[in-house]
Amino acid sequence: MRYLPLTPSDRTAMLATIGAKSIDDLFIDVPEVARLDGPVHGLPNHASELAVERHMSALARKNLAAGDVPFFLGCGAYRHHVPASVDHLIQRGEFLTAYTPYQPEIAQGTLQVMFEFQTQVARLLGCDVANASMYDGSTACWEAITMARRVTKRGKAILSGGLHPHYVSVANTMAKFTGDVLVTSLPTFSPEPDTLDLINAIDDETSCVVVQYPDILGRIEDMSALAEACHAKKALLIAVVTEPVALGAIKSPGEMGADIVVGEGQSLGVGLQFGGPYVGLFACSEKLVRQMPGRLCGETVDAEGKRGFVLTLSTREQHIRREKATSNICTSSVLCALAMSAHMTLLGEAGLRRLAELNHVAASAAADRLAEVDGVELVTDRFFNEFTLKLSKEARPVVRALADKGILAGVSLGRLYPDATELQNGLVVAVTETTTEEDVETLASALEEALA
Amino acid sequence: MTINQSGWRPTTPQAGEASGATFTGNRALMLEEPLIFEIGSTETTGVDFAEAPSGKSRLGGLERSKTIGLPGLSEPEAVRHYTRLSRQNYAIDLGLFPLGSCTMKHNPRLNERMARLPGFADLHPLTPVDACQGAFEVIHQLAHWLVTLTGMHSVAMSPKAGAHGELCGVLAIRAALDAKGEQGRKVLLVPESAHGTNPATAAFAGFSVEDIPATEAGRVNLEALKARLGPDVAGVMITNPNTCGLFEPDMRAISDAVHAAGGYVYCDGANFNAIVGRVRPGDLGIDAMHINLHKTFSTPHGGGGPGSGPVVFSEALTPYAPLPFVEKQGDQFVLVEEETAGEHHASSFGRMVAFHGQMGMFTRALTYILSHGADGLRQVAEDSVLNANYILRSMEDVLDAPFAKSGPCMHEAIFSDRGLPEGFSTIDVAKGLIDEGFHPMTVYFPLVVHGAMLVEPTETESKATLDQFIHAFRFVAEKAKGGDLAIKTAPHYAPRRRLDETLAARKPVLVYKEPERAQAAEVPLRS
Repeated sequence: MRYLPLTPSDRTAMLATIGAKSIDDLFIDVPEVARLDGPVHGLPNHASELAVERHMSALARKNLAAGDVPFFLGCGAYRHHVPASVDHLIQRGEFLTAYTPYQPEIAQGTLQVMFEFQTQVARLLGCDVANASMYDGSTACWEAITMARRVTKRGKAILSGGLHPHYVSVANTMAKFTGDVLVTSLPTFSPEPDTLDLINAIDDETSCVVVQYPDILGRIEDMSALAEACHAKKALLIAVVTEPVALGAIKSPGEMGADIVVGEGQSLGVGLQFGGPYVGLFACSEKLVRQMPGRLCGETVDAEGKRGFVLTLSTREQHIRREKATSNICTSSVLCALAMSAHMTLLGEAGLRRLAELNHVAASAAADRLAEVDGVELVTDRFFNEFTLKLSKEARPVVRALADKGILAGVSLGRLYPDATELQNGLVVAVTETTTEEDVETLASALEEALA
Repeated sequence: MTINQSGWRPTTPQAGEASGATFTGNRALMLEEPLIFEIGSTETTGVDFAEAPSGKSRLGGLERSKTIGLPGLSEPEAVRHYTRLSRQNYAIDLGLFPLGSCTMKHNPRLNERMARLPGFADLHPLTPVDACQGAFEVIHQLAHWLVTLTGMHSVAMSPKAGAHGELCGVLAIRAALDAKGEQGRKVLLVPESAHGTNPATAAFAGFSVEDIPATEAGRVNLEALKARLGPDVAGVMITNPNTCGLFEPDMRAISDAVHAAGGYVYCDGANFNAIVGRVRPGDLGIDAMHINLHKTFSTPHGGGGPGSGPVVFSEALTPYAPLPFVEKQGDQFVLVEEETAGEHHASSFGRMVAFHGQMGMFTRALTYILSHGADGLRQVAEDSVLNANYILRSMEDVLDAPFAKSGPCMHEAIFSDRGLPEGFSTIDVAKGLIDEGFHPMTVYFPLVVHGAMLVEPTETESKATLDQFIHAFRFVAEKAKGGDLAIKTAPHYAPRRRLDETLAARKPVLVYKEPERAQAAEVPLRS
């Protein structure tokens, strides 16, 4: 029990100070019916560090790690190279093992990082302000929909078919309980997203329109007209970004008129981690800030006039107004926000633009190569680092067969939309700076074989 | 006094100023650190990339034209920036962090090493199921421990944090009631001693919230609770051990009464570390309880997250638990992602998060659990309770301890500001502790105690550390009782003096804005 410092004689001395005969005396309030006399039945006892390490390593080896194979998976989680210093810095004990900065005088490190993160995210997404992170993109997306309801006092949200289906699922789950009306649709193999349909669907009941950029099939489109249409009906435009690296190359949603921009920051600094922890991004215009959920860090001064940072506007939060709270968010994802922020700082504007360019050029070349394969059709010619291929046969078994050969070929739309027959041949392929030309060749020949 | 507005710009000490002022604003090892926006430039980068080959642009006219405004730093500058900032933080690695209800214990580094194995860290959530069996096995093994330790029926792994877990549990209650056609049950009863997130969660899930008062002994008032039960009540959200640090001895009676009235019992399991291995919540009649993995099972909190909040369910609520599920079928682990996929998930209330939950936290928690084993976890509960009672008994003659007579506390000891002279309060004691090198306890929570000070040492503190803390705590409390004005202005030795939180809220400055050109010319920035 290497993590427990008390010795048997410490325990005896402490019990004497307390005036208790045995440890059981301290559990006297537990009713008889609920007391356990010894260690829980059927569970093993403690193990050495070496034994635990062997056990966990054996489990890890049963997985096909992205870096070990030609890898093309995206759809809301992206593999990028993360500089070694990022992981080193987040493992500094003073960051890693700190709590929420409730005592700002001794938490300026975390608080300044939160302030820098808020500024970086606001600039990247093209908005005035951002919060200090949420759980992940999908929960941030739902929070944005509820925020639009509070701002507009309307309950109908229109979700684009290009929005990540898991994000739609999360929103559908929550709407069942809150009474929000969600208008949803499926994506189609059209070269353009469903912007015109969305514009036509906006009415006087609409609180917001939610679009993803780039969307689930990798498509990108100018959302200025959609923003105008929303504003004409006094609805808000919510943009969702699951691949923030794209914003190093393409216009930000804020520039095109989005009122709230949410996203998933995993792709910068955080790593794949089998789905979490990730880092939810949330930004909006200045006039909406008091309706924004989540933690906020603000600048202030200390008693000597020195600049310092504190958690602020917490009257929106759970611990002050209880049932009147804007949301029940308690934790955010500050350590992941630090990872993302440090990665952005290392990249800087010049680095982010170069990274984005590398991604786009590599994806563009890969799309051309894969489209040469018989039985493969490129769905759209406007994308960033992810694109959809329409195969001549169902994609899900192809993906499985290729995984057996050690190639992670992409995400089949059948996995994301098991009930949509018309999408079953779709394969979404993501290409980043970590993808090599050999990887693309390997995938191309494997597809050729599988589709022959 | 010289006003060092930016926190780092050189200031010339004025005549007659305290001798502590320095030219740079630095103090030996404690260095002031500007914002990245003041030291970085958009041309600097700390990452080298290969030259991009020329290729076709398919950005369709959406090329970014405007500058983003992201400053960059070279690697040495970045490492120094974040390292300097880190030194302005208190952390469990530096010392005792006695935040009651927040549970800050040692974070073993083996956990970190295991979470970083490429097989876990570099694994995509949509990897074909056959190629990530080891990851599902981690989830499955952790789920087995959680279900067994709690004596419950099933566990939903996906909730992202404690409060998210609360939401999950409350939604399952709503779904179960709706399935029984009991849409009229709109009220959740929340005792005063519950966590602050509980009422917020209930409201967020569409319930109305009614308080149940606490007894003078700091427990749920059973009679008041029983009197309120009725056909409009969906259930109760209770925290046990509660936020007064006490076990609810009537827990079984509360559960029975709520069940008999047609409701469900939600238990906030944030304080499970106090009873793990000694009490199974399932034996107390609880229907749903979230477990903060970072609290009970030591995953690092990282300055405010990530957390992870799996929810264990009774048999009654299991059919409504959220997707996805990891199940073992023969030798294979499968991922159940749709309501239609299995008959026993047909009534699931749906998906709460995009993927499978906080996998990185699962690997850390499982590593910790295997390290401790069933015997070690039981010792965890015992030592955390022992340490808390040791502090309670060592302080009760100095500070008012409102529930000291109610019996032993569990993992946390509560004190109040009663007995402090006029003008002195909890916040002064807290800030005084900072100068002594300790992170303060939780202050002004729970609300049932005036000027509450909630102290939770956890099981990973040695007796020597506790004794040192007790001495410092007594010293500061006695200074406050003696009306020592110096602690009204504490902390004196922290990186910052007391910060103006009112100003921050009244005029929110949430992002950095470049100073006006004229101002910039007056005070040249470091190039």
